[in-house]
Amino acid sequence: MQIMKLFVSEGNPHCLKVLAVLELTGVKCDVQHVNHEEKVVPFLSRPTLPALHLRGGLYLFSTNAICQYFYEVSGTESNKQSNQWLEWEATELQPALTRALHLAVMQGKTTDPAKALEAPLSFLEQSLTKRTTAFLTAETVGVADIVLWGALYPAFLENGLKMGELQSTKTWFDRVGVLPACEASSRIVFKGKGVEALKGYLQKQPVPHGSQAHRDSHTSSSGSPTETEDSDRVMTEEEMEAAAQIWNQRIDCQTRPERKHPILPEEGKRNVLITSALPYVNNVPHLGNIIGCVLSADVFARYGRQRGWNLLYICGTDEYGTATENKAREEGLTPQEICDKYHTIHDSIYKWFQIDFDFFGRTTTPRQTEISQNIFWRLHERGFLIEDTVEQLRCESCQRFLADRFVEGVCPFCYYPEARGDQCDKCGRLINAVELKEPQCKVCKQTPVIRSSKHLFLDLPKLEANLEQWLDRSVSTGDWTTNARNITRSWLRDGLKPRCITRDLRWGTPVPHPDFAGKVFYVWFDAPIGYLSITANYTDQWEKWWKNPQQVELYNFMAKDNVPFHTVVFPCSLLGAQDNYTLVNHLIATEYLNYEDTKFSKSRGVGVFGDMAKDTGIPSDVWRFYLLYLRPEGQDAAFSWADMALKNNSELLNNLGNFINRAGMFVSKFFEGCVPQVVLQVEEKRLLAQVGWELKQYIQFLDKVRIRDALKCILNISRHGNQYIQVNEPWKKIKGCDADRQRAGTVTAVSVNMAVLLSVMLEPYMPTVSETIRTQLQAPPGSAHIMLQGEGNFVCSLSAGHRIGTVSPLFQKLETEQIESLKKRFGGQQPEEEETSKKQTPTIAQTNAATKTSVPAPAAAPETPIKADPELAKQLAAAVAEQGDKVRALKAQKAEKAVIGAEVAKLLELKKQMALAEGKNPEPSPQKGKKK
Amino acid sequence: MALRELSSLEKFLGLKKPNKYSTQGDRKVPVLQSNSGPGLVGLVTIATQLTQEAKRPDLLGKSAEERAVVQQWLEYRVARLECCVKEDIKTILKDLNTYLEDKVYLAGNHITIADPLMYYGLHPVIMDLAVMDKEKYLNVTRWFDHMQHYPGVRHHLPPVVVLRNRVYTSGHH
Repeated sequence: MQIMKLFVSEGNPHCLKVLAVLELTGVKCDVQHVNHEEKVVPFLSRPTLPALHLRGGLYLFSTNAICQYFYEVSGTESNKQSNQWLEWEATELQPALTRALHLAVMQGKTTDPAKALEAPLSFLEQSLTKRTTAFLTAETVGVADIVLWGALYPAFLENGLKMGELQSTKTWFDRVGVLPACEASSRIVFKGKGVEALKGYLQKQPVPHGSQAHRDSHTSSSGSPTETEDSDRVMTEEEMEAAAQIWNQRIDCQTRPERKHPILPEEGKRNVLITSALPYVNNVPHLGNIIGCVLSADVFARYGRQRGWNLLYICGTDEYGTATENKAREEGLTPQEICDKYHTIHDSIYKWFQIDFDFFGRTTTPRQTEISQNIFWRLHERGFLIEDTVEQLRCESCQRFLADRFVEGVCPFCYYPEARGDQCDKCGRLINAVELKEPQCKVCKQTPVIRSSKHLFLDLPKLEANLEQWLDRSVSTGDWTTNARNITRSWLRDGLKPRCITRDLRWGTPVPHPDFAGKVFYVWFDAPIGYLSITANYTDQWEKWWKNPQQVELYNFMAKDNVPFHTVVFPCSLLGAQDNYTLVNHLIATEYLNYEDTKFSKSRGVGVFGDMAKDTGIPSDVWRFYLLYLRPEGQDAAFSWADMALKNNSELLNNLGNFINRAGMFVSKFFEGCVPQVVLQVEEKRLLAQVGWELKQYIQFLDKVRIRDALKCILNISRHGNQYIQVNEPWKKIKGCDADRQRAGTVTAVSVNMAVLLSVMLEPYMPTVSETIRTQLQAPPGSAHIMLQGEGNFVCSLSAGHRIGTVSPLFQKLETEQIESLKKRFGGQQPEEEETSKKQTPTIAQTNAATKTSVPAPAAAPETPIKADPELAKQLAAAVAEQGDKVRALKAQKAEKAVIGAEVAKLLELKKQMALAEGKNPEPSPQKGKKK
Repeated sequence: MALRELSSLEKFLGLKKPNKYSTQGDRKVPVLQSNSGPGLVGLVTIATQLTQEAKRPDLLGKSAEERAVVQQWLEYRVARLECCVKEDIKTILKDLNTYLEDKVYLAGNHITIADPLMYYGLHPVIMDLAVMDKEKYLNVTRWFDHMQHYPGVRHHLPPVVVLRNRVYTSGHH
């Protein structure tokens, strides 16, 4: 019989209850400590802890059910009184507590949390005052006591909640708390850290819905239906005053020092080394590759530089290996020529995307040979390499061993005639090349023979203990994405096996050992060493970065398929070499980006590739924005043309661009280009506090590399700004009395300062747009630095009298026709691909026919059922509201009829799209019977 | 709402004599009136009590493990389903759908009071689902349809139409 397993995590208040009950009842059960984000219960989409895996295989994920279960197993039946308390705890106390803790611990509020708890606590106090027994339900401690004690424990820790004033509650709480079981469990969960211990846990929880009373008071003040969840936050007096103080801080116009190469770690600074997975050289990168590593790392690097970190961002092309040899043969060039050609292509694509590497190198350099061979010898000397013979296919006519990709034959499982040496395209199973039936050399079509060849293996099992020790430390102290942790864990769970590090190839780093002459290192051993050699090509003092774990923090960016090589294999090489190497501290892995719900495929010409993006005429910044907006964090995402147009038109044009442009235009039109005087009123203070809060969030998110979430903060700020302008109507007030004119001035000046803040926050995402805004507004260079210091400071950087430059629109609309034609162009086979497609083997034709990616004929469109998309509908609803505001504003300004007409047409189009997204038919057309 | 649900539950349990109920608070939490002492508060607590009075302990689970599972879903009903916002509904349906993939009833192979109570709670949600979503949450829909046809469960609620053949066969799911 399997033993029961209880999964708990540190700093999770619910674990307090189950651990105390477990101790108290003495039930036999395995306790496993896991991370907050560990998905234990297979059917729940959000990680939920604690969880109990029962012997029968079932899972309990309700804390109270687990506690009750332990009690029942130990022989205490539940009764109606304790049931009633448990239900009250789950439905009344918990929601209030979650809210209170969030307010107190995450937002640092002082009065609101106590208010949130008022009602349930006074009920508890009354009940406890009236009771006649020592504990809630009896003279002895029961399950209800532990559950309520555990729930209230964090509230008692947090002084602001004034729990001490509730006499009966306090007496009862202390009576339960002195039980050794309770003391022990609180030590395990809180580790004596107080409420701070909860931070990590609370961060991972969804923001609780604001209390009802708050929401009402807020909506009545603004009354806009476009309110997003986040802006439901209400600012307290203290927050508003604090925001106003920050606003008035003087800024010294000190500029950030120029980057001076070589950048080297410095004592007393935060030294950050960023790598992006090295793109493989034999192909043009597609959008998925770009967002997966180089672009994500670029945003983080730009952010870090703005924050004043001493930071080095390196990357380069990975050039050795079979695939390059293959490509060279295809194109009739030497491998080196292929590398040179594609390295240049990669370089220019990344330049176009404005990826700001400190150095972009390559792996085919003498430095690579030197460092790889050094690591090899160190591993060899320390006994971490083992010899073994491997059976391989050799083509006698080509005089070489055949890598997996150079063999084709009949699949041993499904008898598909064109299976590749590593995998069958038909049944998808992995194949060992020597098992292929009727194998053929792909180059000369001769039948290869099986030969054995001697190879070297990295002894991973011998390094496993060492690796696990390091992993535990790195994962618990650094920021690792969930997928990175899970993939690594599953590798370790399956047990490590020795891995072959040599290959019978020519295009690679030569193995220096005389017994293995003529062989090269296998790419996965060699490629990550590229990070080191590329740095070495950047500076001779590369070891200051790479042999300096005490001073350097290393961030690796990659897509999830690359994780095991960075978390298991490469660290083992470095640990085994025992040379004080810098190992990864933070590992950021993305999921996959699909293309219009299918995969990017170079051979089928599906998708947008790096070199084509600029041919679309859409600016690099917009590409960056949309890719980052979509960034596959947590789950796969899909690139869609229609969505890109929508995001461009609704978020960039109507929200962000509209706000910044209006703010600048007011200064030029109403105040002759000079920023007017600000007289802060309550409304401004509230706005400053809201904006300050979003800025704080932005910094918190980006510090944790949550790039997509931070982008939302930017859009929230401009949304607040648009609303602020909308409510105050400076274009009307400017024509009014003196007081009105002063209001118009204040609104304009605050808005234009928000635009400066936005330019700072946008820099990592849209560097060109950011620069344009700063030039248009003539923003002082020192402002960026101070705004991103510490927790973030929204200061006034354009003071009264400051003269701005010429203001012009930042974004252009993406028209439907334009998008449709792009969609057609990139949807399937393309003209420039024809040549290669002629050469394509029937294998590809087969897969093409098998997948349902044929371009839909226009006539088929009305047949497709209307598919509701609530997410899109929500976004469209926001866009409709936004556009509605715009139309109203224009009408209020008495703009020209033609202008209003155009905007109204836009509004109608948006409404139509919204109806479609809601699954409604926008026009009453003759309903066709749907096909079954 | 909760009161009608309790009266349906009484019928399902075969209790002859109807009890007296009231509600308390903003959330209209049901209270079972009692002649001796204070009433019993809370839907789950009352439902559990009624089941015991009806001498149907099997409906609370036949083993300690099963009883825990039943309590867990009852709590889920009142704590998660009751006070959730729109976005949560999707997660709830998705999770239930995964959970019910290999189950006939919430506790496995036989009915417990978790089933009718979850059915009552989900009814308004399922009523609002589009045909396509009903197909997306196929296992929830199957279980729901089974519950509304289970003798003595539906009572106060209108039946929800569930198509037996799939319309959107080409869907991704």
